[in-house]
Amino acid sequence: MSVARETIRPARRRGVVASDAVTMLRRNAKHTLRNPGAVIMTIAMPVLLLLLFVGVFGGALNVGPMPRGGGYIDYLVAGILLMTVGYGSSTTALAVNRDMTEGVINRFRTMAISRTAVLTGHVVGSTVRTLVGAGLVVGVAVLLGFHPTGDPVRWLAVAGLLALLAFALAWLAVAVGLLARTAEGTSPFVLVVQVLPFLSSAFVSPDTMSPAVRWFAEHEPFTPVTDALRGLLLDTPVEDGVVVAVAWCAGLAVAGYLWARALFRRDPR
Amino acid sequence: MTTSAIALRGLRKSFGGKVVLDGIDLDVREGTTFSLLGPNGAGKTTVVRILSTLIGFDGGQAHVGGHDVAREPDAVRAAIGVTGQFSAVDNLLTGAENLILMADLHHLPRAEGRGRVADLLDRFDLTEAAGRPASTYSGGMRRRLDLAMTLVGDPRVIFLDEPTTGLDPRGRRLMWEIIRGLVAGGVTIFLTTQYLAEADELADRIALLDNGKLVAEGTADELRRGIPGGHMRLRFADTARLDAAARVLGGATRDDEALTLQVPGDGGVPALRTLLDRLERNGIEVDELSVHTPDLDDVFFALTGSPTKEAAR
Repeated sequence: MSVARETIRPARRRGVVASDAVTMLRRNAKHTLRNPGAVIMTIAMPVLLLLLFVGVFGGALNVGPMPRGGGYIDYLVAGILLMTVGYGSSTTALAVNRDMTEGVINRFRTMAISRTAVLTGHVVGSTVRTLVGAGLVVGVAVLLGFHPTGDPVRWLAVAGLLALLAFALAWLAVAVGLLARTAEGTSPFVLVVQVLPFLSSAFVSPDTMSPAVRWFAEHEPFTPVTDALRGLLLDTPVEDGVVVAVAWCAGLAVAGYLWARALFRRDPR
Repeated sequence: MTTSAIALRGLRKSFGGKVVLDGIDLDVREGTTFSLLGPNGAGKTTVVRILSTLIGFDGGQAHVGGHDVAREPDAVRAAIGVTGQFSAVDNLLTGAENLILMADLHHLPRAEGRGRVADLLDRFDLTEAAGRPASTYSGGMRRRLDLAMTLVGDPRVIFLDEPTTGLDPRGRRLMWEIIRGLVAGGVTIFLTTQYLAEADELADRIALLDNGKLVAEGTADELRRGIPGGHMRLRFADTARLDAAARVLGGATRDDEALTLQVPGDGGVPALRTLLDRLERNGIEVDELSVHTPDLDDVFFALTGSPTKEAAR
């Protein structure tokens, strides 16, 4: 015989769910402010890559002519923003895993609070943190000679797409953080979000890749997202590309959310 | 169900085919302290995890605070507080922030929440450390912060899973005082421990869990009474006196090598007086007298089948 758990959800909850999530978000913000090292790392790594690619590899890479006669950096920034989101979500996987291993999530589970508020807090906190990081990375890129669009609508679209990608990867990161038994267990996720951009149009055009890699690059989610970001940033036409990018992000977000929710509903170890 | 804070009927749980709880029945009256005692791996923590809605169970019924654990987990959660063996504090937050987090999650009005936090910091001797991150706390301080966090929501039933494991004697005393204070406030305590002295010290009723089954339940005195082994031990200067005493006191066990006699009895003052009177009337001098009352250790070892101290002697 198996006893069903959690069949009843009191109806009073709507407002409570939101307020619990806000409380958890505040907790998350405090963690971020108290642990600036992790935030600096998430920004420092993309900036380092930016410098490396602009200063070291950039000269040797041929990505074709840029609009308005810009240099390789104009091509590169979209890919670096992708890396920024990836690093941001790795931090989140670690943070969720720390909650799990420290036992504080078990305390939350024994309280009459919204079940997923703690996860929502992580996801929203992660998204905000990543957007701030992306803003700083763009600032550094401009100092290095990046010439982006001046159209505020396009900038809004860039922010929106980055937020959506950050949101999607954050849910996946939460699931990985819940799944991993130790902090080391999150490293496959870190590897994936940091290697996939290299196998996309983030740094070089897939046209220059070997056939198998090119096929993969053309079909993985990071390529349409990078292309859409690049188009928006450089004032080139993007219409269909943005739709595909948004669809990929939405799909990843839903998958990540469902996975995380299923993992969170399991009996804890 | 009105007077039972916790009621279990035939509670069963297995992990991957291994039976961990094999039909547990128990009742804990409101406002009392109940201690679940058992060796490591007996299933104590599993009971706490089920009753605090952390994990499900496979059979039987469980009610906490009058609510069905399986069907109304949220109502159970609203009634309980849990402090586990491994502290569940947020290391990156300060002591005060940890408590405020709890106050916010319990939706206490701001002023009331802050007031309760200040009270708890004071009561648990944490005011001075309130502004430091919990990661800098000592083991005892973390345990106190953990319990203080549990109390923010004013729970009616508190689960304490080995609350003093790993604490130094001073920390243990402090924790005991705090627990007694809670009981005085009408709270029901469900305490698991592997320290018999702790159960003896704190609990109104004690149950012994061994291999997923309750092997005994009652007050500490009831448990002691059910166990043989109480005796008075007399030592004599020489064999002649030992012989004389053995003749006077029938039914005693003699040990010629140690020159001692073991006289069964509860070791109370009247029994001692009678015994010594009889020896004196017969002019037998006693070198040394000691009284052995069975303690919970005897009960524990006798019932859980581990080698007893008697057998080891």
